[in-house]
Amino acid sequence: MVIAWTIGVLVLLLVLVGSYQTLAAGRYTAGQWFDFVVFGLAQGGIYALIALGYTMVYGVLRMINFAHGEVFMSGAFSAFFLADALARRGFLESRPIISLLALLAFAALVSMTIAVILERIAYRPLRGAPRLVPLITAVGASFFLQYTFRGLFGSGVRVYPTVPLLEGAVFGIQVKLIVVFLGALATLGILWAFLTFTRTGLAIRAVAEDMEAAALMGVDVNRAISSTFAVGGAMAGVAGVLYALVFAQVQFFMGFLPGIKAFTSAVLGGIGNLPGAALGGLVLGLVESVGPSLFLDGLGIPAAHQLKDVIAFTILVLILIFRPTGILGERLGSRV
Amino acid sequence: MEQAVRRALVFGLIGGFAAWHLSLVGLIEAFAGRRLIGQGVTFSYVLLLALMLTVGYLVGRRISNWTGLLGAALAGLLVGLALWVLALLVATVDLRTVFVAASPALPDILTFNRGTGAVGLAVLLLVGAAVGFLGGGLTWLPATGRRAVLTALAIAVLVGLLRDVLSPIFPAPVMGFLFTPTGGLSLPGTATVLALALAVPIARQVLANRASSHRGSLSVRALQRRRVAARVIGVVFLASFPLWAGLFLSNVSDFVGLYILMGLGLNLVLGFAGLLDLGYVAFFAIGAYSMAVLTSPELGHFTLGFWEALPIAVAMTVVSGILIGLPVLRMRGDYLAITTLGFGEIVRLLVLSDWLKPHLGGAQGVTRIARPELGPFVIDRPQEYYYLILIGCGLAWFLSVRLRDSRIGRAWMAIREDEDVAQAMGINRVTAKLLAFATGAAMGGLSGALFASLVNSVIPQSFSLLVSINVVALLVLGGIGSLPGVVVGALALVGLPELLREFQEYRLLVYGVVLVAMMIFRPAGLWPEETRVRELEEAAEEGKTRAPAEVAAVTQDGA
Repeated sequence: MVIAWTIGVLVLLLVLVGSYQTLAAGRYTAGQWFDFVVFGLAQGGIYALIALGYTMVYGVLRMINFAHGEVFMSGAFSAFFLADALARRGFLESRPIISLLALLAFAALVSMTIAVILERIAYRPLRGAPRLVPLITAVGASFFLQYTFRGLFGSGVRVYPTVPLLEGAVFGIQVKLIVVFLGALATLGILWAFLTFTRTGLAIRAVAEDMEAAALMGVDVNRAISSTFAVGGAMAGVAGVLYALVFAQVQFFMGFLPGIKAFTSAVLGGIGNLPGAALGGLVLGLVESVGPSLFLDGLGIPAAHQLKDVIAFTILVLILIFRPTGILGERLGSRV
Repeated sequence: MEQAVRRALVFGLIGGFAAWHLSLVGLIEAFAGRRLIGQGVTFSYVLLLALMLTVGYLVGRRISNWTGLLGAALAGLLVGLALWVLALLVATVDLRTVFVAASPALPDILTFNRGTGAVGLAVLLLVGAAVGFLGGGLTWLPATGRRAVLTALAIAVLVGLLRDVLSPIFPAPVMGFLFTPTGGLSLPGTATVLALALAVPIARQVLANRASSHRGSLSVRALQRRRVAARVIGVVFLASFPLWAGLFLSNVSDFVGLYILMGLGLNLVLGFAGLLDLGYVAFFAIGAYSMAVLTSPELGHFTLGFWEALPIAVAMTVVSGILIGLPVLRMRGDYLAITTLGFGEIVRLLVLSDWLKPHLGGAQGVTRIARPELGPFVIDRPQEYYYLILIGCGLAWFLSVRLRDSRIGRAWMAIREDEDVAQAMGINRVTAKLLAFATGAAMGGLSGALFASLVNSVIPQSFSLLVSINVVALLVLGGIGSLPGVVVGALALVGLPELLREFQEYRLLVYGVVLVAMMIFRPAGLWPEETRVRELEEAAEEGKTRAPAEVAAVTQDGA
């Protein structure tokens, strides 16, 4: 424990020293910091949506759906073809809002289907097996999905068409970042309403609370679990389109890093806890966007943005060591 | 009857879907150039036929009367139909802007070169029905007979695939008899291989039966002598391998050996102590980069020789194993997996960064790594490295066996079974886990150091997550915790893909399927460890009565 605390204090010290030096040197203008924050929030909204899929599945099954990043990728990738077709017919320009909604719905549908099939094939037959087993099938399913997409659609990067409506800026903020952030918030709201007011949502919460008791009360556990995957998958699909709007490209390997970061967000907020996942996503998005310039630059590290993924992984490790229950600190898995 | 039709429809559809998947990811076309029998029968055809056979078998398995055979034929027919529909689709519509593998050559391959017209349809339906029927017929054979037939077919396919590998080993007349000059196996060659593949297991069975009836008369010493003889043959085979196998095979076996070394290392961590480490590549990378930094004159920090650098490199990985092990001591299962994966990525990203470029070479990597010298003799050919790697594997194997049967090995397995109980029994969790990480890391580091010297350069791309997944997959295939399983897994997952170049592209696709399918159908692996079999059986029993939700993920104690 002494060693762990030493590491923790050391990291904190480095962050403080780095931040102080960056700020003292005045390397960035206030406008630049503002851009970092806005970008971080948009990115964080996307992480939050993916993180909810991890956290809901964890809440119900107490397992990490390692292939969730690929569910996200499949939504973004499939929607690319729709977006491409829409752009070619000019719909993306003439009817941008309907087109965007169609993209979101399509991606959500594809991701939902894949998530449900994934659960049916790779996880359900192994329910009750030792913990290691579904984790290994999850890793397998993850690679299967990645390389299926690679085989089907090629290994190159496909460039998403731009939506003319979302280009440009309001008050110095890129419109697409605003739309992405608000879209993420709206989707979170829909999820909350779904879980609170619908019977399926009630069933999911009941199964997360106590699977056996829920089964005894007449809840169809298998259906509730399928719905959990479906809802988580749909959100990942939405996140996929939002991600593509920000970064304007898709590739078969694109699910890996956002997947891990969303998992980090879920752990950061307290896994199994819905508001926690959303909060964790936003925090991680911000830290990742601001961090490299704020404290890595100050430490004299060249090309600090190359290390932004290291920041996410370091946060993951530190959280798991010092506060495995996450920021909101609820008992593990006490709620969906 | 109704049941048969329903099963036929379900499996026919799944089979059709699988056929579409295989075709559209490009797997079928990639193998169209691999001729297995004569000029005509390619590996693509064998894949499609195997799919029909499997579908027929699955339909027939649960239905014991003749309707099962009918259903099997129907399912096979459906697969044939699906193939024809796909062929027609690809031939008439240009799908290539979306599906990159839907090439104009695909329809011909899918219809066995009979075109997408009525002839092609008829051929596909007939072949589908016939092969599906045969698959259903397999369920009528007794289990031993079925296994013998399937093994024989698999061996024939393997021999056909490995033609290039076999040619330096067998004398020209034998090869001339077995193979046609430009294609795959000749007809008499096929017959011979099939007959041998069928005869050997049957003969072994007969011999085993006789031996067991004579067991009483066979003295202990005779049995011992037999075992010693088997060992001597094994040692002679391994020791003489590079002498007759040629450059290519030696190179492949070097890589298999490096993976066996890593597999044995991860086996200590995952197989014995039950800790899923998805960042195992970190140790491989640290071993390789230590070797590079210590010996390469390019960076100019040190210019040690190979033999001085080797122990330092291994020591570095042991230290890093402990450093990585310390913070994750309290984590279990999935948390541990994802944290170690994070560590693996951190190592790779740091190596790749401009920040450490003056010390580690950045994206260009480091070249001119030292070769091992023995007096005036410099080891620099793959055939010579083979012996070095063989010694490393032997050492790791010996260590694994001794550790497994020792007090610390039993402590690891106790932790694997139940950490809390193990601790209550007085096992020091901290030292046991750290020892597992440290020894596992040492083997990974040794593998990395040898790798760096063998290929004479290190680049960050060689140390991606895929290496970790490779090692986990080969353990899962062979059987987690089983030492012979490591060798089996490495041969199948590292050796085979190296030999089948077209396969490289689809390697990870197949790994994914292997991981999922093995866990569902054969969780103990191809060469299971005895206690693991028992444990899985018990877990299956337990799983029927216990809700899975009760296990908590991260322990809260000791904070």
